Amino acid sequence: MTRETFANALLALLLLAVPIAASYMGEPFYVTLATRIAVLALAAVGLNIALGLGGLVSFGHAAFFGLGGYAAGVLATHAFNAEPLLFGIASTTSMPVIWLVAIVVCGLVALPIGAVSLRTAGVYFIMITLAFAQMIYYFAVSWPAYGGEDGLSIYVRNTFPGLNTAQPLPFFLICYVLLLLGLLLFRFLRDSRFGAALQAARQNATRLAAVGIPPFKIRLVAFAISAMVTGLAGALFADLNRFASPSMLSWHMSGELIVLIVLGGIGRQFGPVAGAMLFVLLEYVLGGITERWQFFLGLILLGVVLFARGGLIGLLAGRARHG
Amino acid sequence: MADPVLEIRDLRKSFGALKATDGVSLTLLPGEIHALIGPNGAGKSTLIHQISGALKPDGGTIRFLGQDIGGLGMAARARLGLARSFQTSSLAQEFSALRNVMLAVQAKQGSSLRFFRPVMRDKSLTEPAMAMLERVGLAARAQVPAAELSHGERRQLEIAIALALGPKAFLLDEPMAGMGPEGSKSLTRFLDDLRREAPILLVEHDMDAVFALADRISVLVYGRIIATGKVDEIRNDPEVRRAYLGDAA
Ligand SMILES: Nc1ncnc2c1ncn2[C@@H]1O[C@H](COP(=O)(O)OP(=O)(O)OP(=O)(O)O)[C@@H](O)[C@H]1O
Ligand SMILES: [Mg+2]
Repeated sequence: MTRETFANALLALLLLAVPIAASYMGEPFYVTLATRIAVLALAAVGLNIALGLGGLVSFGHAAFFGLGGYAAGVLATHAFNAEPLLFGIASTTSMPVIWLVAIVVCGLVALPIGAVSLRTAGVYFIMITLAFAQMIYYFAVSWPAYGGEDGLSIYVRNTFPGLNTAQPLPFFLICYVLLLLGLLLFRFLRDSRFGAALQAARQNATRLAAVGIPPFKIRLVAFAISAMVTGLAGALFADLNRFASPSMLSWHMSGELIVLIVLGGIGRQFGPVAGAMLFVLLEYVLGGITERWQFFLGLILLGVVLFARGGLIGLLAGRARHG
Repeated sequence: MADPVLEIRDLRKSFGALKATDGVSLTLLPGEIHALIGPNGAGKSTLIHQISGALKPDGGTIRFLGQDIGGLGMAARARLGLARSFQTSSLAQEFSALRNVMLAVQAKQGSSLRFFRPVMRDKSLTEPAMAMLERVGLAARAQVPAAELSHGERRQLEIAIALALGPKAFLLDEPMAGMGPEGSKSLTRFLDDLRREAPILLVEHDMDAVFALADRISVLVYGRIIATGKVDEIRNDPEVRRAYLGDAA
């Protein structure tokens, strides 16, 4: 077992053991905290596909996080009010169906956004992805049918066959399993032919084109897959808070996802997990002491960027290796 | 005479007022090494860039295997069978030498939209890639990241990648540059055999190599071809001697 596998296993176990223990000790708050970590980590796993493997610094992934959230919120609202969706289709509170909708919607939205954004690179790419996300944000805020600025409440958490999702622990377990699946997907992608092409596109796009693989196509597919994973996390986030908020779509959220990845280790499989743990713990511990906790987050981020480029995973497991 | 593999007609490219390619026409015939020589800044690399699709010409046509490839991007041209090397090595720096070649093997095999099988355990990628590294004498360095290879080794790796594409024509931009006398000699022998696999358009400053290898030579000066011919014709051409060769011939 390599050091990285060991560190990853440790993080995965820790994230599982703490909420289970907390649940048995009658401390549901910590279960909720762990759920928040798992969901944010999953969102960042999605972004890590584009950013970490492909070097695509999307500053607009809140769009997909929020769209996933609104998919959960809109479907739940329609189901709650017994209003059919378009064309008289009945809505549902079944999570698997909602996830599927979130994933498909995000994939379909990511393709045109990616097709435009990926014509550019560097700062322009960052700005165009930001602009698209802000457009969607303002669209949501100005659409009263789905809550406008107030967002959309989910009165009863959506359902999963055979589990009581209203209980913190079963819902945590759902999120945890999806996080593990997301991490598995990340690993398969990274090690596959597609991943080889995607990482080569980050290192040297001209080289990739010179062997006959079009970088644009590889990046576009990566961007869409990345958006779909982040969208799934958005649906879970809305169910966690029982609320689809326009803030899920805002640029703060996009920035937060990037911060998670940088803290944890860019392009590392468990980077988003480590980053989300640190982020949520800081938010909880420092946030309890001072309103200005983000100042300290900034200091830590600065420390990582200056002294520990590999992020937390880099510290725990050493440098990344490419076969 | 056999149909040319590559046929360039009246190609033009300007950078502002500078005519880097000024009405260039040339052909690459099956089985030949066609050397392209000329002073620094003559426009040799610019020409290679246009043929490979890295730069868009202002005018003129490029036909490859009888097909006008002017509208195709770089990747599409590579898939048709145009393999190039770069004057300054252009590699995936974090990847090992082996993985750099595997990328070419993967491209040659078809779609890269395969998401599950790990490449490092895929013998259909690793074995051909290793064979290419062996051919260029780089097998012992297979696991070393490209960024850590020596200058000469990177040149060899570029050749291995081009080989792995199994191309219909090679465009090699100064493959000997910085190789050292021993490296140049062994690469000269290597290229001598390589022309049997596919014809080579060879940009090179090393005149010993050019005179030893070339079936034909074209001389490019200020974006224009001032002479094309067999080795002896070029060696004895007074204009070429004045513009480029000087005492070397
Ligand atoms: N992208 C560019 N923009 C502007 N000028 C350029 C560009 N690329 C090349 N040039 C100019 O075009 C001319 C031809 O350059 P090129 O690199 O093709 O020369 P070369 O024959 O390959 O020279 P060398 O033997 O030094 O490699 C040079 O004057 C160079 O400065
Ligand atoms: Mg040059």
